[in-house]
Amino acid sequence: MQGLAKEESEELNEIARELRCTSLRMIHRRQAGHPGGSLSAAEIMTVLYFKVMRIDPENPNWDERDRFLLSKGHASAMFYATLAKRGFFPEEELQKWGELDCHLQGHPDRLKTTGVDMNSGILGHGVPIGVGLCLAARHKRKDYRVFTLLGDGECQAGLVWEGANAAAKYALTNLVAIIDHNGVQLDGFVEEVMPIEPLAEKWRSFGWDVLEVDGHDVDQLYQAFLQCIEAQKKPTVIIARTIKGKGVSFMENKAYWHGVAPSTEELARALHELGEEF
Amino acid sequence: MAAISMREAFGKALLQYGEENQNIVVLDADTSSSTLTKIFAQRFPERFYNIGIAEPCMVDVAVGLALGGLIPFANAFSALLSLRAIEAIRSNICYARTNVKLVAHYAGLSDYKDGPTHHSISDIAIFRSLPGMTLIVPSDATQTAAFVPLMAKKDGPITMRISRGASIPVHKEGEALEIGKAIARRKGRDVGLIACGSMVGRCMAAAEILAKEGIEAAVLEIHTIKPIDEDSIYRVAAETGAIVTAEEHSILGGLGGAVAEVLAEKCPTPMVRIGISDTFARTALDTDSLMDAYGLSIDRIASVAIGVLKKKEKR
Repeated sequence: MQGLAKEESEELNEIARELRCTSLRMIHRRQAGHPGGSLSAAEIMTVLYFKVMRIDPENPNWDERDRFLLSKGHASAMFYATLAKRGFFPEEELQKWGELDCHLQGHPDRLKTTGVDMNSGILGHGVPIGVGLCLAARHKRKDYRVFTLLGDGECQAGLVWEGANAAAKYALTNLVAIIDHNGVQLDGFVEEVMPIEPLAEKWRSFGWDVLEVDGHDVDQLYQAFLQCIEAQKKPTVIIARTIKGKGVSFMENKAYWHGVAPSTEELARALHELGEEF
Repeated sequence: MAAISMREAFGKALLQYGEENQNIVVLDADTSSSTLTKIFAQRFPERFYNIGIAEPCMVDVAVGLALGGLIPFANAFSALLSLRAIEAIRSNICYARTNVKLVAHYAGLSDYKDGPTHHSISDIAIFRSLPGMTLIVPSDATQTAAFVPLMAKKDGPITMRISRGASIPVHKEGEALEIGKAIARRKGRDVGLIACGSMVGRCMAAAEILAKEGIEAAVLEIHTIKPIDEDSIYRVAAETGAIVTAEEHSILGGLGGAVAEVLAEKCPTPMVRIGISDTFARTALDTDSLMDAYGLSIDRIASVAIGVLKKKEKR
């Protein structure tokens, strides 16, 4: 298996850094959004959209494209920043996020925003919808893959496991779930709100291949995605260990920053830490 | 010959249409022996997905299949679709406007033997409140079968709510049928009976009783609860000046509610709603006696019609 060249890793890390800054600026501008879970997903989104997925921003509805389902729909700032950077729509449009006449909704809407494959917002739907998309690919003899990004708190939802069951029944090797395992949810630490460990064992016992990586290491993420391509019998879940609020010291590991927008002063400090000026 | 059940008619029609349209796929939630989607499953096992006792998951898998370009028919008991799976239906079928066809089985009191947990008397109210949902309640087996290809050919979210058993037949094979267009089943100037589902046949029978007493009742079948055919409702209200609605559903929020909404704003008309009064029904030995016990009998329709007629005369 071929890893990333050093320059490639550096390039991806730079994109992730930019996406963090863009997401925070977006959340600050409209004084709403979810910084913690957006920052934790920066490398995952970067590696998917800039290295792994078979997509064509010029032809967003291309039938053969890989599909992406943002099951943790509240990371929409990071998602929109990624789509814009990748060229699905002009980056200027990010500034209008949440305005009444803007296509960018609080949570993703496939009918309004180019590049969004499916609506989300209520947690738990990515895996079961992914099952249906993978079954459609099988029926139509297409080889696209379906990636879905979940939160770890989301794994408290029973629907996730209904979907996990179904994916295993149909041996969907083209389905890849990624869990942004940052350990923090709206109300506090996942292990205090409602424990989900042992997470890897749970997925394994549901009939999935499980890979565990450092979710802020673009090389490890890339290697894991390569490994999924070689999956022969089972769906794969990548448990990406991440830090909620990653990259901004005062946001890291704090449930407070799940769904609160930074003030102007806080944004300036955050950007400074990320190497940009306000 | 006894009329065949709605579910059997549906199961056979699904197979027949599935033969000609390869994009039809079918899902069920461990009820294929009850919903009779097993007829399709036996012929096309590779196009049938049994998702088990996991209705929200079944809905989501159907959504994924629709996103992938197929036309999924997802089947479950209506009580479960309208209650347990409703968030997935709202978010992923209606809001995301995916081309999923839902078939809500064992509607109303038709699962007489399993009691109130399995009765489904709030489903019309629930489904019709969802933006973008088309809701069809066929009146008999023949019409149920006729709706299958119409559902498949119309793009977007559609739910068809059908009974477990048979109803009094009203729809002729090959009769004109269009989603969203009500059917005037009987002409009359004295009182208008507006019904859906199993109550259409009962209203036709009640109209016969009324005719013997010299009362001419019009019968309007509203098979599409949403979008509702407002013009046909205005017409029958204007022609008769007295309306009775009848449905195998709670009195709250169903057909009666929909008709009242239509009439109240543009054409206020004396009206009475027949339905299950705001209560849970009971277990029974058959659907007909259960319906009768909860105020849905043919005789009651006739007596309520006479009552509303008196209201009209007092005006």
